[in-house]
Amino acid sequence: MTTVEPPVAVAAANLRKVFRRATGETVVALDGISFSARQGTLTAIVGPDGAGKTTLMRLVCGLMTADSGDLDVIGINVAANPQEVQDRIGYMPQKFGLYEDLSVQENLDLYAELHGVTPEQRKAIYPRLMEMTQLGSFTGRLAGKLSGGMKQKLGLACTLVRSPQLLLLDEPTVGVDPLSRRELWEIVLKLVRDEGLTVIVTTSYLDEAERCDHAVVMHAGQVLAQGMPGEITAKAEGCTFMATPPDGMPARSLQARLFQLPQVIDAVPEAGKVRIVRAFAEERNPLALNGAPIPLEAVPARFEDGFMMLFHAVAGGGLRNVMTLDHPPTGDGDTIAVEVHDLTRTFGDFTAVNHVSFEVRKGEIYGLLGPNGAGKSTTFRMLCGLLPATSGTLRVAGADLRTSRAEARQRLGYVAQKFSLYGQLSVDENLDFFASAYGLRGTRKRDRIAWAKQQFELDRFSDLPSGQLPGGFKQRLAMAASLLHEPEILFLDEATSGADPMARREFWGRITSLSEQGVTVIVTTHFMDEAEYCDRVVILDAGRTLAEGTPAEIRAHAHPTEGREPTMEDAFIAIVEESRREQDSPIARSAA
Amino acid sequence: MTNIPTRRSGGLRRIFALVRKETLQVFRDPSSIAVGIVMPMLLLVLFGYGLSFDVKNVPVALVMEDSSADARGAVSGFELSDYFDAVPVKTMAEAQRLLLDKTVNAIVRIPPDFARRIELGNAEIQVLVHGTDANTARISLGYAQGAIATWLAREAARGRMLAGAPISVDSRLWFNEANESTYFLVPGLIVLVMTLIGALLTSLVMAREWERGTFEALFVTPVRSSEVLLGKIVPYFVLGMIGLALSVVGSKLLFGVPLRGSLAILIVVSMLYLLVALGIGLVISSVTKSQFVASQITLVATFLPAMMLSGFMFDLRSMPWAIQVITYIFPARYFVSLLQTLFLAGDIWAVILPNAAVLATMATVLMGLSVVFTRKRIG
Repeated sequence: MTTVEPPVAVAAANLRKVFRRATGETVVALDGISFSARQGTLTAIVGPDGAGKTTLMRLVCGLMTADSGDLDVIGINVAANPQEVQDRIGYMPQKFGLYEDLSVQENLDLYAELHGVTPEQRKAIYPRLMEMTQLGSFTGRLAGKLSGGMKQKLGLACTLVRSPQLLLLDEPTVGVDPLSRRELWEIVLKLVRDEGLTVIVTTSYLDEAERCDHAVVMHAGQVLAQGMPGEITAKAEGCTFMATPPDGMPARSLQARLFQLPQVIDAVPEAGKVRIVRAFAEERNPLALNGAPIPLEAVPARFEDGFMMLFHAVAGGGLRNVMTLDHPPTGDGDTIAVEVHDLTRTFGDFTAVNHVSFEVRKGEIYGLLGPNGAGKSTTFRMLCGLLPATSGTLRVAGADLRTSRAEARQRLGYVAQKFSLYGQLSVDENLDFFASAYGLRGTRKRDRIAWAKQQFELDRFSDLPSGQLPGGFKQRLAMAASLLHEPEILFLDEATSGADPMARREFWGRITSLSEQGVTVIVTTHFMDEAEYCDRVVILDAGRTLAEGTPAEIRAHAHPTEGREPTMEDAFIAIVEESRREQDSPIARSAA
Repeated sequence: MTNIPTRRSGGLRRIFALVRKETLQVFRDPSSIAVGIVMPMLLLVLFGYGLSFDVKNVPVALVMEDSSADARGAVSGFELSDYFDAVPVKTMAEAQRLLLDKTVNAIVRIPPDFARRIELGNAEIQVLVHGTDANTARISLGYAQGAIATWLAREAARGRMLAGAPISVDSRLWFNEANESTYFLVPGLIVLVMTLIGALLTSLVMAREWERGTFEALFVTPVRSSEVLLGKIVPYFVLGMIGLALSVVGSKLLFGVPLRGSLAILIVVSMLYLLVALGIGLVISSVTKSQFVASQITLVATFLPAMMLSGFMFDLRSMPWAIQVITYIFPARYFVSLLQTLFLAGDIWAVILPNAAVLATMATVLMGLSVVFTRKRIG
């Protein structure tokens, strides 16, 4: 920055906010937060779920008051004069705040009226909003019938019916497919760069923070660091490498092993290799695995690496991610564990899954990727025998799901998208219930529960109601319950959504470990980078298969990018765009 | 100088926008239409035709073991009355069979020596009533005695004194001469309709906004919390008045229920009660912020008392005093008094003024509370 810094739009000092749960215990949402956001800039508040981002946003727009601390928003003490602030700013909450039974136009009109925008002014603003959001051809459609990405854009448009002095976006890209995510960011960046809007956005996607002017990294109600994204990235400078796995070893196996090493802060599979962050830049000793050195190639650091450095320092590492099965599934790797042929499911005249076919071999990790509404969850429910198929064949562990559903179910485990355990029951009671539900009894039941608690390190929480478990442990308990009956096939539906980066890595380590011992794993995920953990993936959009293959084959679809390897997300966007062009889809995308 | 007028018109514009939004939602949401329009009609038909405390067309077996003129005269009351369907039966055995399989609810038996014993002064008529439905049984028995008493009275008028002293039964009921329970059930129905629309529907739509997070976005605009409240009150107030109109017109056309008091007073007191109900709905939903909890509390706190503790179905004077005291808490009680007076008696100010005053006070307090509880705050 060569010029003087722009004036401060939001100044927070020592904000503290404590909630009391219905169960009596207190939760410190914000523990002495201080930060500032400057006019005409884009500030990102980055952190895992539960860091306190939403609470902070609600304080800024005057929907909550802090227990202590000072908060000044566009020159107004927001705690004393919330209405003054609310008259001038725009806020898009996580749930968008749209009226789903009103049309796009009616939602816009409502907010225009509330903000006192005159009909003449609207004539000038509406065409611009429609061009920006490309919602022009959907004005008569009910907001509830829009896709996730379009809802997000409409929510944004509603805050922009007049120029706000400050725009607050709370997790605008959660649950949105990569394509819509990219479009939304283009809109936001344009607003800041071209129109000088002041924007604060919260996100748990670390790559998004890279595009901001100022990043505030939060964890457990505290600010770990703040500054330009480059300053955060710099914390990992010289520590980042690409490690090549030995021949025949999948990248995820190397990743799982490297992640356990004390001198490794972070490890993620990427483009067939493993990207690692080492604890110290000056450390030159090569990494070795079972005596064999691992070739390392230095690569430039990125925001996520810097974030993980900070995060590791407070959250600690050394998470156990290895699983030991008592009775690994038998049979060789060529057995087909899951066979899906011409699978179709219709709901009325809507086709949710349209002639989808794939095969999964024993011990493979297979990923179902796609935006919301692609048909992932519907496919999953059919695979687990929770929903009958309209047509097509489905064989799971050798059993035809049309004829022998119960038999197939005995051999598969299922972790649902939402935490589906009983929140009021303790960890022990939940495990006991699920063991009985799977027909375990006597010694075997006791052994299996003991195994699950030991493997997932749940012993110290035995008597805690599962609803009160810390974030990552809920996922562990859900997975533990699904493995009690020693299934050969494990289905995980969006199991990592809502988990912090550490918990996600630990979780994938466990999945890797299970697959190495012969358990077949099928996952759905909206984190594109998690496709790198899979042997093969299928990309679905609007119920149809767009692409299938190994991560390397999928990545080959991406348009070449300068200076870096294309990511899974680039490939995903390229594939979806191409298919929509081919179909001449109703979603008109003008060349402008 | 222009600042103040703009601000004021800004507020009106915002209220208008919110009312428009709410109205659109009512028309798009089948459940609002169901509660607001279909439910009143359904209740009207149900209460008017189905639910009735009257006993009419009771099938009665007539066993005529005596065929004298006196015997025929004694049972003429059963044959001609609306309250009974007389079924002539030959023998007592057959009548008993009909009673047992509930083809008839009662047996009236004239013994063979009836005419002879009249002259002796100790004539008997045997009346047997099926007692499983105690209420119907008691009423049927009363009617049967009435029918016979009528005959005795008629004979007495002709100068024939039978069975000792003439029995005079004067069972004229005030304000419901025909003892038509429809006449007091249908006005009571208005209480239910108003309660459903005012309290239940309003608390549901308000809690829905909290649940779906729409308030969160709405609050961060120039809108004031009082405007948010008015945006809810106005549409459901109108819906409630439509419900009132449907009930009044329906009860008049379908059941011929008279309205003895003035329509204007009926409208005014209904408005008062509607405001009370709206206030309850708004307060409950602002406190619970959940559709499920709000609907449960609203049902228990308003709908059930309106049904059972308001004097609409059960006479308050026949309740234990402790429960009678409790009924004073519930606004429905005052409204039912007003409705029954207005429909069946007329403009009796001694009843209207105190009850309307209580409702007006409650409306003021509840509206005040809803303003206090509806803050532009989350959590």
